Amino acid sequence: MATKKIRKATGSLLEFACLLSALLVLLALCLILYYIFRRGIGAINIPFLISLPTPVGEPGGGIGNALIGSALMVALGSLLAIPFGIAAAIYLDQNPRTRLAAATRFANRVLTGVPSLIIGLFVFTVLVLRTGNYSALAGGIALAVMMIPVITLSAEEMLRLVPGSLREASLALGASKKQTVLMLILPAATGGLVVGIMLAVALAAGQTAPVLLTALTSRFWLENLNQTSASLPVLIYNYASSPFPDWQEQAWGAALVLVATILILNVTAQLFVVFRNRRH
Amino acid sequence: MAATEQPTRPQNGEGVFPYFTAAAAVLILLLTGSILLVVLWGAWPAWQAFGPAFLTTSIWDPVQNLYGAIPAVFGTLITSLLALALAGPLGIGTAIFLSELAPPWLKKPASFTVELLAAVPSVVFGLWGLFVLAPWFRVGPGQFLEDNLGFLPLFQGPSLGIGVLTAGLVLAMMILPTITAISREVIRAVPQELREAMFALGSTRWEMIAKVVLPTSKVGITGALLLGLGRSLGEAIAVTMVIGNANLIPASLLAPAQTIASLIVNEFPEAFDLQLSALLLLGLLLFIITLAVNMVAVWLVHRTAQGIPSSKEKRRGKKLTPRRCLGDGH
Repeated sequence: MATKKIRKATGSLLEFACLLSALLVLLALCLILYYIFRRGIGAINIPFLISLPTPVGEPGGGIGNALIGSALMVALGSLLAIPFGIAAAIYLDQNPRTRLAAATRFANRVLTGVPSLIIGLFVFTVLVLRTGNYSALAGGIALAVMMIPVITLSAEEMLRLVPGSLREASLALGASKKQTVLMLILPAATGGLVVGIMLAVALAAGQTAPVLLTALTSRFWLENLNQTSASLPVLIYNYASSPFPDWQEQAWGAALVLVATILILNVTAQLFVVFRNRRH
Repeated sequence: MAATEQPTRPQNGEGVFPYFTAAAAVLILLLTGSILLVVLWGAWPAWQAFGPAFLTTSIWDPVQNLYGAIPAVFGTLITSLLALALAGPLGIGTAIFLSELAPPWLKKPASFTVELLAAVPSVVFGLWGLFVLAPWFRVGPGQFLEDNLGFLPLFQGPSLGIGVLTAGLVLAMMILPTITAISREVIRAVPQELREAMFALGSTRWEMIAKVVLPTSKVGITGALLLGLGRSLGEAIAVTMVIGNANLIPASLLAPAQTIASLIVNEFPEAFDLQLSALLLLGLLLFIITLAVNMVAVWLVHRTAQGIPSSKEKRRGKKLTPRRCLGDGH
């Protein structure tokens, strides 16, 4: 007869295994953050952040152009993806049951699952092969394609949270649907939309493959959008793969900058959600 | 009512607004379709040149313009399955801990911390894998496997640090948050009454988890595992950095190999004509595989996590009663 003791002991043992796996996962995160901080912090100083890379062997050199390139391409991506994603979300929110809405939701879900590399291939084939050159513009477009499904998905969720009574009140007062959306639903959902956008920006900022295939890299300042452009992730990839210790150290420095930016975006977004929930 | 919601028949004062939002929705549709079409179009010359033989040969020789997909496909599958085998149990265990066992004050911050791992960019995982994990693995576990299990074909050859097993480890870390977060959602969707009913029947906490929570969320957890698999199949940069990029079928888990994604990343910048097309054909293959895996995954997760039982379950209605879950053991 399986006594109570055995049942309890088996339970405790397996529960302990679950605790152990949770600790292991946590340990993994801590190990990564620890190494990035420890090996990256030494490389970071003001000149590192604002200067151009130097040729191999020459001391100094920084990630200034990669920072600018990344910021510009992410901004370009946001500029394209945000209005587009939110407009699509408004359509889905206003017409939840049309055939187009169902198809768009499906397509959006497919798009979230497409590997970033494939998106890089797509933009490469359409833009880079056509125009004959890699460019920051193509990089920005690739990032926009990455961001669109994320923004659309989160914006649709956020718009759905706006209570129906508000919408009905607005329509009852004689406002058109456009007015209701623009002056009531969007302002009411702004907080949530911002959170979604921050997460999309964090996602885009860390992408390597799509940028590598479209904007390539550069060792100079970005002068116009038709040039190849440096970016933080590609710089980390290139420097890490190089055999030069000072480049490898700079890769760690750049990784610290990148991870810090992305984690700050994520934590801020999360705090935003927590505070909003508390207020309601 | 339905008619006024159609964007094709706007009311007064709506202007172009409904058309604009509908256009955005249509554009998402077109974008998704055109990604598939463009890759297909780019891959066509290679398909014409090699046909199905592309999938069954293992020579990849840009000099003679001969291309076969086997090593890359094999490398992709083996690294992703390894990652799944490592991250699956860990992720599910963590999800159980976060949803059932952790004290309430710990649940949210711990879950958030795990999800932060998902925000770390791929290239940073690669950097860490290359400079921290690989050197440690070479002299630690890798050396151990070489010394003690080297007689097995699985672990023969020298421990290099970079290789299939290291790539699997890095991928496992990358898909852990996906598996954990979604499993946790699915487990949380299990109705509280079922848990209480089990306790009322005198079960221990673990029996409740093993006999009610896990069977109930089985389908959704399978979906979570598949989503993790989908992510690891398509992962490019991190794998490229730690797998060693040897385009052959690896002799053992300690040997370097190549995945579809890493092959594309490595050869794309210098590729043209037929080589480019062959890489796009590989990309198409990857696209189709990940698409299939993701579709099944989303369908499974959606069935359980959203609290919308499929119509079949609704009709049966009885699926989740505690009596059924207790099964024949009691």
